Amino acid sequence: MKVTFKIKRYNPEIPGKDKPYWEEFTLDNVEPTDRLLEMLHRIKWEQDGTLTLRRSCAHGVCGSDAMRINGVNHLACKVLMQDLGSKVTIEPILGLPVLKDLVVDMEPFFDHYKHVMPFFVNDTPLPADGRERRQSQFDREAFDDTTKCILCACCTTSCPSYWANGKYVGPAAIVNAHRFIFDTRDQAAKERLEILSEPQGVWRCRTIYNCTPACPRDIQVTKAISEVKLAIRKGSPEGIIKVTEIVERVVNA
Amino acid sequence: MKIHKHEVIIVGAGGAGLMAALYASRGGADVAVVSKLYPTRSHTGTAQGGIGAALGNLDEDQPIYHAYDTVKGGDYLADQNAALVLAEGAVEAVIELEHMGLPFDRTPDGRISQRRFGGHTREFGKELVRRACHAADRTGHMILQTLYQNCIKRNVNFFDEFQVVDTIINDGVCVGVVAIQIGTGEFHIFHGKAVMFASGGWGRCWSVSSNAHSMTGDGAAAVLRRGVPLQDMEFFQFHPTGIYKMGILITEGVRGEGGVLINNKGERFMEKYAPSAKDLASRDVVSRAIYDEVKKGNGIKGKDYVYLDVRPETVNRFFAEEGRKERIDAAYVEKKLPDILDFCRTYLGVDPVKEPMPIQPTAHYAMGGIPTNVDAQVVIDENWTVLPGMYAAGETACVSCHGANRLGTNSLVDLIVFGRRGGMHMADYVKGVDWTPLPADAGHEIESEFKRIRSSRGKMKPYQLRAKMQEVMMENVGVYRTEKTMTEAINVLRELRHEFRTNIAIDDQGYKFNTDLMEAWELGNLLELAEVTALSARNRTESRGGHSRDDYPKRDDENWLVHTLVCRAGTDDDPQYTINTAKKVDMSLAETDERFRPKVRAY
Ligand SMILES: Cc1cc2nc3c(=O)[nH]c(=O)nc-3n(C[C@H](O)[C@H](O)[C@H](O)COP(=O)(O)OP(=O)(O)OC[C@H]3O[C@@H](n4cnc5c(N)ncnc54)[C@H](O)[C@@H]3O)c2cc1C
Ligand code: SF4
Ligand code: SF4
Ligand code: FES
Repeated sequence: MKVTFKIKRYNPEIPGKDKPYWEEFTLDNVEPTDRLLEMLHRIKWEQDGTLTLRRSCAHGVCGSDAMRINGVNHLACKVLMQDLGSKVTIEPILGLPVLKDLVVDMEPFFDHYKHVMPFFVNDTPLPADGRERRQSQFDREAFDDTTKCILCACCTTSCPSYWANGKYVGPAAIVNAHRFIFDTRDQAAKERLEILSEPQGVWRCRTIYNCTPACPRDIQVTKAISEVKLAIRKGSPEGIIKVTEIVERVVNA
Repeated sequence: MKIHKHEVIIVGAGGAGLMAALYASRGGADVAVVSKLYPTRSHTGTAQGGIGAALGNLDEDQPIYHAYDTVKGGDYLADQNAALVLAEGAVEAVIELEHMGLPFDRTPDGRISQRRFGGHTREFGKELVRRACHAADRTGHMILQTLYQNCIKRNVNFFDEFQVVDTIINDGVCVGVVAIQIGTGEFHIFHGKAVMFASGGWGRCWSVSSNAHSMTGDGAAAVLRRGVPLQDMEFFQFHPTGIYKMGILITEGVRGEGGVLINNKGERFMEKYAPSAKDLASRDVVSRAIYDEVKKGNGIKGKDYVYLDVRPETVNRFFAEEGRKERIDAAYVEKKLPDILDFCRTYLGVDPVKEPMPIQPTAHYAMGGIPTNVDAQVVIDENWTVLPGMYAAGETACVSCHGANRLGTNSLVDLIVFGRRGGMHMADYVKGVDWTPLPADAGHEIESEFKRIRSSRGKMKPYQLRAKMQEVMMENVGVYRTEKTMTEAINVLRELRHEFRTNIAIDDQGYKFNTDLMEAWELGNLLELAEVTALSARNRTESRGGHSRDDYPKRDDENWLVHTLVCRAGTDDDPQYTINTAKKVDMSLAETDERFRPKVRAY
């Protein structure tokens, strides 16, 4: 199969290319099961070494290669050519400053992440037997979904509220706060809920729902956000995730 | 060149680097972590199955059993003192990870859940034991996240997307590294009292590989060029179950949950090769079995792959045959192996709950690397002489707790245990020593080397050379090797090196995010490590663990209970390698315990 790639490019160092512009590349012998990332590699390696992108694992777990593919955010390594057709449009993810071609500045994204205290807090004495803290399978299951986040930014950079206001912490940061807020072992839920109830916190989310389908890890992003919203209203995360909802998942495990 | 000064410099932000950073920082040192990837992009995040520790949460277990399995799994090339430190340290380290917040899966009574994994047994080989602590099939992801989160909490200094390209040794002391800031192309010097390499492996030397594109062995190659030896490079693990053609890893956890390997006759062929452990025999054993089956024409559709079958009906049939009581269903597989199902559905269009997965062995893990002692200090000869200020940990290091073949789950243990020990050691070390100054010309040499690569106007694109190297390594220095195939490989690698030095083309002449240039430099590292691997492999005239030779099919304990040390002299154009085999394997456990003496390895 022959495929044309229309790629949005930008190179701050080359006069004439220092404004975003589109460039087309064509590849022959594209197999339906090829990953888009491999095709970008082919373009870079065989045709134009200056084409610049980030990538590492090539199987959807490191979070390096988020980009806007035919208008939707995806990891290039997790999209197969059979799902894209013979004309593919590729742009950098939106809402973060573009540095070169498909590479954006991730610092604002990680700053938002760091802002929500994305680390475990529990200053109570450790178990006297020197062993692990206990946690029931139900309590563990309550935050399972949000532990899967790979910080790829697909969600945050597909969020219209974030595009409108880059100060909004964005769905990815909320997902990572959720991971701790609903972990029964953690003790800083209150602080995190306070941070997220600030003007740039969860209330910026208008439940537009772009983020959930964008997540390559199938995290129920909007659901996590609404659970955080509920916890803020209630002043505590307790009782929000219903046991009935996770019973089945645990029993099956 | 901009100079940064921190007491401890850590190259790499995977599990090993972050663990070391945490402990060096807790020990009071001023720490900088320099990483070419954002920390959470590190390859540790892809580790799936679990981290081994004799917690005994589900089966009776003890560290000494874990040490025994490690030594046996390593085909008796592991240093036994290191294997014991690994096994004993694992318990404490895993508990500590839990205390740092790591969301392990839980047992019904709320403890850390554990699963079976290849080669892990109870009471010195009696039966398989549940030892692999796991968080679904994304254990490495959770370790990486947890460590990074804790580093944020401690305000560790990070230099993200800084690629280390050289190490600075002054007067026999390691005083720092040179790095390129990828975003600007500028050279920076990191001046430290202690420098740790935790820069990961080099699985990209082979064409079918489970490793990320970034696994190019930069750290190992950089120190080799500066005269530090590399140890046991002939031992590179091929994991038996990579997705056919793509190499993406399918965790051993699939077999831990009951999955079996099946040939084109529908036989569970591992019953022939390892009557007791069967599909959960050591990785080298299973990978060879797959090659042997393919050679006999038993590959699926006559091709070079077999099936890995975890369909509940298959698993339950074998459970019943073995008299095991447990049974699984589709929901169980979904819950325990969500990422694996996702990979197969995404990349193969195969649903493992309904169909078997096509798999073949994939290049996976470097047992060899920068030699260290159990405190992660780099040691440069058979007398364990320490190179002051230089440390290494994780996959890039060779301590050697894995010997000739690493057991599943033991790499994560290695990162955590030796990263931690190294971190603590560095914190103490930097308190007791003065700053050694940088040499006047620090960084000049590597800067001109980059100028040279950048201005290359030859005919070959780096990817062409890389593809050739990967093919020749796969064909000639893969699961099975002979004198002839390795000599051939060495000759090809020499030609490729020559091409690389004289005839490549770099398109991108910019400075910002010049990944064209960085990839070319990385290719140089891969070529270097591939050659060293082939040379070490040809020199070892026996078969042991991950090193199997058709021309020397037997293990030779008389002559080869020794480590290989390769040193490089000469120039990049014309390097001279010397191989030293005077370093004896540590047999300290065997001295008092008969069970640790080398014997025939049966599973
Ligand atoms: C698919 C897969 C599954 C696995 N599953 C398991 C498992 O279940 N259990 C287990 O025990 N092991 C497993 N392993 C092995 C284990 O994950 C790795 O060996 C281990 O994570 C390596 O960790 P590390 O800290 O040494 O290096 P890595 O995690 O690879 O990190 C390397 C770091 O070095 C940095 N770096 C590299 N070069 C440079 C440079 N030039 N300058 C600056 N920084 C640099 C990178 O940015 C990165 O931060 C698996 C491996 C793979 C590939
Ligand atoms: S649901 Fe909220 S966070 Fe998600 S895209 Fe919509 S506004 Fe943004
Ligand atoms: S929630 Fe999903 S889309 Fe958002 S950063 Fe995490 S993994 Fe990416
Ligand atoms: S390259 Fe790692 S997620 Fe795509």
